[in-house]
Amino acid sequence: MTKTYPNDIQNVDLVVLGAGPAGVAAANVASQEGADVVIIDENSSAGGQIYRAPPNEFKPHDSFKSDEYQEGEKQRKILKNSNVKALFKHRVWSISSDLVVSIVGPNGLSSCHTRSLIIANGALERIIPFPGWTTPGVIGLAASTILLKSQFVLPGQSTVVAGCGPLLIAVANGIIKSGGKVSAIIDLNSKSDWIKASPRLLSRPDQLFKGMSWFANIMKAGIKIYGGHAVTNTKQVDNVLKISIAPINSAGSIILDSKYKKVVEGDCLAIGHGLFPSTEITRLLKAKHIYDPHKGGWVPLIDDDFRSSIPGVYIAGDATGISGAFSAVQKGRIAGMTAVRDLNLMSSKKYKVKIKSERTTLKKNENFGKAAVILMKFRSELIQTITSETIVCRCEDVYRSEIDEAIESGARDMNQLKAWTRCGMGPCQGRTCSEAIEAILASKVGSRELAGQWTGRTPFRPIPIDQIIGEYSYDDIPIPKAAPL
Amino acid sequence: MENYDVAVVGGGVMGCSTALYLSRNQMRTIIIDSGALCSEASGTNAGTLTLNMTRAALIPYAIKGWELWNSTEKWLHSSIGTRKVNGLSLAFTEEEEELLYDRVQARQAMGAPIKLISGKKAQRLEPGLNNSVRSAAWCAKDGFTSAYLTGHAFKRALTQENSAVMEYSKVKGIENDKNNFKIYLENNEHLIAKRIVLAGGVWLEDMLNWLNVKIPIKCLINQLIITERMPQVMKTVLSIANGLLSLKQFDNGTVMIGGGWQGLGDKERGGVEAIPENLKGNIRLACHVIPELCYGRMVRVWLGLEAETADALPVIGNVPGISNAYVIGSVHSGYTSGPYMGWLLSQFIMGQETEMPLFDPSRLIN
Repeated sequence: MTKTYPNDIQNVDLVVLGAGPAGVAAANVASQEGADVVIIDENSSAGGQIYRAPPNEFKPHDSFKSDEYQEGEKQRKILKNSNVKALFKHRVWSISSDLVVSIVGPNGLSSCHTRSLIIANGALERIIPFPGWTTPGVIGLAASTILLKSQFVLPGQSTVVAGCGPLLIAVANGIIKSGGKVSAIIDLNSKSDWIKASPRLLSRPDQLFKGMSWFANIMKAGIKIYGGHAVTNTKQVDNVLKISIAPINSAGSIILDSKYKKVVEGDCLAIGHGLFPSTEITRLLKAKHIYDPHKGGWVPLIDDDFRSSIPGVYIAGDATGISGAFSAVQKGRIAGMTAVRDLNLMSSKKYKVKIKSERTTLKKNENFGKAAVILMKFRSELIQTITSETIVCRCEDVYRSEIDEAIESGARDMNQLKAWTRCGMGPCQGRTCSEAIEAILASKVGSRELAGQWTGRTPFRPIPIDQIIGEYSYDDIPIPKAAPL
Repeated sequence: MENYDVAVVGGGVMGCSTALYLSRNQMRTIIIDSGALCSEASGTNAGTLTLNMTRAALIPYAIKGWELWNSTEKWLHSSIGTRKVNGLSLAFTEEEEELLYDRVQARQAMGAPIKLISGKKAQRLEPGLNNSVRSAAWCAKDGFTSAYLTGHAFKRALTQENSAVMEYSKVKGIENDKNNFKIYLENNEHLIAKRIVLAGGVWLEDMLNWLNVKIPIKCLINQLIITERMPQVMKTVLSIANGLLSLKQFDNGTVMIGGGWQGLGDKERGGVEAIPENLKGNIRLACHVIPELCYGRMVRVWLGLEAETADALPVIGNVPGISNAYVIGSVHSGYTSGPYMGWLLSQFIMGQETEMPLFDPSRLIN
């Protein structure tokens, strides 16, 4: 049914979606085994979020060339020297069940017919709303890392870094290293939460050491850390953000009593409440999903070899569950080898041997990653900060009170809630608000499983209409036969 | 195991409005749907309330339906964002002009207040139009709703009328047992009702099968496209002569592109996937009609199912050969006339003379 476009790519063995660590590893290993591989990414080069490259025009000063930058350069070089066909600045906007990948790029529409598909589209940042979260100057932790790593821009003159997990330390350290000022760190986790997570961190002593050195930088800079605290409100007063914070008690409740409230200030609030796997593509394909808080949230169901519930479709990296960049490499390699094995491009004997060593490394790296997941897990107490007057869906300006009213009048699943309130209908297609809205609904209907997920829809990102239509005349339009009169 | 005067199976516009009118007439009513009310065709269609795309035979019904949608505050006690605007069906070629003339005449004959106008006049009504338009069919009785709000409105109204609403409950079979119907649910419970109304849209064929009545019903998979909010580019509801475009801009600035371009799917799996080539064709057509649309961005695509009988006319009336069993559905452009069709069937069930004739399903049994 699908017509071919002029720049169609036919008969590819494997298409890899996403050129982060998992996607690059998958593409490389499959290509080394002789598979004909295409990797597609909307960015201008490989690296994903973690090893995101500066724009090609940028010539970074040596002091900006962090370990991550070096690792990214290494991966970009390996990919460049491989036989993998890389389509950067290209966006996938639809995938059919017979694995025709629809692409939009600088030259308009194209498509790629493939025998197998690896989805390595990573993770999204969870930001649970609070009054003032849409104020200018409030940005995500992940967005801050992009500014620091790729644009060499400080998020603010004086930044309050808040939320949870390793990104908190990474962003604070990144700001200090770039010569900026961190005015405070607000950590949802208490000291004891970090201590509880630390045994797993020992599985990668090199990384633990790196984290400790970042932490030492933060201590040296004399930055006040509020452990076991949540941001409850942000107000802008003359270019200054007045950020209210409150302690979290041992039972996991935010103590909203004004007696315990503190106010910190800055011109920027960088905040993130953890990462969750990106499921836009697997939902569109109607793959089976399960909700697993230990993996960061909803994940596509996969077998031990990273096969999804759909034949020919594999998942790799954080999209299978948050576990970080190191384990993403093994996940990518295993998925890549499984795909070529299933295409009979690799002997079963060779596959078994190779997979075994990957699994050992994966286990070690995953253990390290799990510590991060524990620190970034969804905390239901954050729903307390979403007051009735807080906007939850910022694309469509849907307030918490409207969500509550809809649930009150009988909305029982995510799609119904969307239809009744327009939440999740805007340009971001629910990437920003799904976690908060699912959590609110789940708290009323009993579980995330009962609340369900929004149906996946094409295109995954808004696509400019002029790119879709291209040059054409009225006669070119294949108008179907007239409707009955 | 409660007893009802009537059980409606299928909670779309037709099932909901039938149930609503029956419960207003003191019938103990239950409506059952495998999902949420109006979450299939009734909630996912383009919301167009147009006579320019309606089958000629259905024009009198569609006018009544159009009036109901324009007065939801009265009978549904809530707003679903109905807007009354001008509707234009356009011709860009000589062939399209011929088709347009024929269709306008047929619709006028059935009472549609549609007028043929020149391309220039059409451009005055819709300044965003491509100036290559040759002529148009103009109808002041046109407009749209926000279809996704339909389910919420009906749920509130039905609850207020004390009709039982059973969502997320799949019916797996119906047994005709002397003076009653036994309705079996997937959780192995069952309900008893004196009368049943089958209102299952594209699943009507399977439902009729429970009663051993065979009427083939085809399932169309319509693609729908919505843009991001954009500055005002149009103010009318637009179509083309052969009916394969529906185009409108909502108050919030989003533009809906539809018209029945097909995607993949079937009644077993629902809408499976959009066909990119058909999306491109549909969007090209929309941009030909309103050139400024090309500055927008496509945000979301979905698929809506539509039921069609062999003669593309509705089935509304008695289930052939089974007393106290009724069926309603397969109405072309059925969203517009849906609430009126529900009201007609409720008249019929209550033993009154119907305001307009029904569509006897027995004609479709060979």
